[in-house]
Amino acid sequence: MARAVLDARNLLCPLPVIRTQDRIARMAPGDVLEVRATDPGALNDIPAWCRVSGHRVLEAREEGREVVVVIEVGDGAGG
Amino acid sequence: MAEKQRKAVALISGGLDSMLAARVVMDQGVHVEGINFFTGFCVEGHTHAIRRRDRARPKRNNALWVAEQLGIRLHIVDIVEEYKQVLLHPRHGYGQNLNPCLDCKTFMVRKAYEWMREHGFDFIITGEVLGQRPMSQRRDTFPVVARESGVGDLLLRPLSAKLLPPTRPEREGWVDRERLYGFHGRTRKPQMALAARYGFRDYAQPAGGCCFLTDEQYAAKLADLWSARGRRDYDLDDILLLKVGRHLRPRPHLKLIVAREEGENRFLEGYRRRYTHLRTVSHPGPLVLVDGEADDDDLELAARIAARFSKGRAAPEVEVEAVPLGGEPRRLRVRPLPASEVRPEWYVERRGAGLLRRAAAG
Ligand code: SF4
Repeated sequence: MARAVLDARNLLCPLPVIRTQDRIARMAPGDVLEVRATDPGALNDIPAWCRVSGHRVLEAREEGREVVVVIEVGDGAGG
Repeated sequence: MAEKQRKAVALISGGLDSMLAARVVMDQGVHVEGINFFTGFCVEGHTHAIRRRDRARPKRNNALWVAEQLGIRLHIVDIVEEYKQVLLHPRHGYGQNLNPCLDCKTFMVRKAYEWMREHGFDFIITGEVLGQRPMSQRRDTFPVVARESGVGDLLLRPLSAKLLPPTRPEREGWVDRERLYGFHGRTRKPQMALAARYGFRDYAQPAGGCCFLTDEQYAAKLADLWSARGRRDYDLDDILLLKVGRHLRPRPHLKLIVAREEGENRFLEGYRRRYTHLRTVSHPGPLVLVDGEADDDDLELAARIAARFSKGRAAPEVEVEAVPLGGEPRRLRVRPLPASEVRPEWYVERRGAGLLRRAAAG
């Protein structure tokens, strides 16, 4: 099970979501992706995207000025 | 209904119409997934994230919210680069401002069509309603979108289908035409009634259109950018910056972007390394970015304007730090520009129609 980090800082929504989506499309079910963003909107948008796409949010929190979302890739990867 | 479950990809803008269109088709047992395009001009997201005063409203991505309400997957596609050709050279021209709606719709349907074929889907759904928008949603422009995008009769508009020639999904029985709708015109009543029937609440209702290009002030700023640079071009940062701050052009080659509040200050700070910028130091004040090459005299004027928008506006003298691009920071002591000398025509967003028409012609 691979673990990767995606730097989506200094991007405005919906770009952090798009980068997350495109990255996960290249990952396998069970892999874990940690996304870091600075747009506070990412705290809602990335988990919302995960819910509609069948990925599991392990963590979603603010860390200072950053947003951290940790995702476990679900079976629907590749789309 | 045919035995094989058909699959449709729905263009989801985040507004009510595309939400209803998708839902109507889902109701007929079709598997639906959503696709949403990011042009850089989309209304949601950015501005809400930047400006603190918008934080009171729940901040959400409307397209994602719609997908969640519908329980469908959503694919968001970044088309910022490709969209330039659409905006800069629209075959069918612009609507009221700098919105190339007909070319835009055609482009999005074409991209959705590519996606459809790649993913083995059968047809495309849009929330277009006949007669709803002056440019792209007319009886004579509907066929243009279908033809120029290449999608032909695989494009279903469930909300107005009964008023249009039967498409292939209808003819083949993938959907039942009888259970589609015949909405038309600018009234929103039928959509709202249908929304109530589905129990949709709290949906977004964009007034002018789905993007900033329909906004007169935004379009004026974009037209100003093109005319000042002498060429019609932009990158993502340009178009994001046009959404932020007051834009003043006191001299033809000199534009100032003045943050209006803390959220904008923070956003503009991200651009400090790429722009000459100023900030008052003796008094609290906004960050000011300078777009254009500023000589000493320009910097002096910019500093007086920065002072004008600072808490020191009434002080006899304000100290301003100016950081020229690639140069050393320096301190200037200036008299804040009196309100009467801030000319209304400096405000780029108030410049309006003439500039727009010239830019559109360019
Ligand atoms: S309003 Fe903007 S996004 Fe919507 S069709 Fe027109 S140009 Fe395209």
